[in-house]
Amino acid sequence: MDSVAAAKAARAVPGVPQDDDGPVFKEPWQAQAFAIALALHERGVFTWNEWAATLSDEIKRSQAAGDPDTGETYYLHWLATLERLVAEKGVASREMLTEYRDAWDHACDRTPHGKPIELTPADFRH
Amino acid sequence: MAHDHDHHHHHDHDHSELSETQLRVRALETILTEKGYVDPKALDAIVEMYETKIGPRNGAAVVAKAWTDPAFKQALLADATKAINALGHFARTGDHLIAVENTPQRHNMVVCTLCSCYPWEMLGLPPVWYKAAPYRSRAVKDPRGVLADFGVTLAKDTEIRVWDSTAETRFLVLPMRPAGTEGWSEDKLAELVTRDSMIGTGLPKAPAELKR
Repeated sequence: MDSVAAAKAARAVPGVPQDDDGPVFKEPWQAQAFAIALALHERGVFTWNEWAATLSDEIKRSQAAGDPDTGETYYLHWLATLERLVAEKGVASREMLTEYRDAWDHACDRTPHGKPIELTPADFRH
Repeated sequence: MAHDHDHHHHHDHDHSELSETQLRVRALETILTEKGYVDPKALDAIVEMYETKIGPRNGAAVVAKAWTDPAFKQALLADATKAINALGHFARTGDHLIAVENTPQRHNMVVCTLCSCYPWEMLGLPPVWYKAAPYRSRAVKDPRGVLADFGVTLAKDTEIRVWDSTAETRFLVLPMRPAGTEGWSEDKLAELVTRDSMIGTGLPKAPAELKR
């Protein structure tokens, strides 16, 4: 993975917030979500055309549901696109995503502040 | 160590916190890693590539202002959140941000970036190694050794103070202004302020290190 691949992605997908050097992110999770899409693309899970079409569909759906489309929510749509594509491609079902999200939530709650948050099998039993 | 969990009001927030969005990103990352679709190290490498592109990185401007404006510096050290929000030109800074000043007698270093306590809107993205548990425990036991690993050697009689963020107390290190910068503008000074200098694992750049 290199900056060339990233620059290509930023060009192939409309709306990626950028400055003169390439993508910019408002919060760390946005860069993580960007990186995950890059890695999945590299693995051949989807093409950028496919990604752009799904992302645009997600944006339309949110707008229909009242999203103000100020650009503030761009990476929320990006994340929804990731979740949808991994489900559609049979990589991870919606149920599995929810199960892991809940397990992380549990791990978080039981982890004292300042300790690394680690996921353990017990976190899935709640 | 500066542990004062008792001093703030939300005792129930003493456990770690992740936002709904962060939980969803973690869920994805974990599943994709377990299934072999992504390598967390490769993801970290991509994120690191953008480390200077994440968040508003207001900290450098704040430090440069403190170097040039004694009244602001005083206000910053008294109540960093209030002082920064009073400037008005930054997005609102979270509560309980504390600025700690480096002096020839004392160097400050901050640990704990494990959850929401890291003021990324001031500092940008934390370095990847900073999240590692070994770093954290070593920084507490052997701060001088950790600093040496980063190429920072301090005078033997400089005390090193390690600040461990609590759930609602976050720290910004105010580094010492480099010599040879007399008469510089705030904008030019801000270019010397690195992220690492604001978490205390580095020093600001020397004037000669600035790219022309």
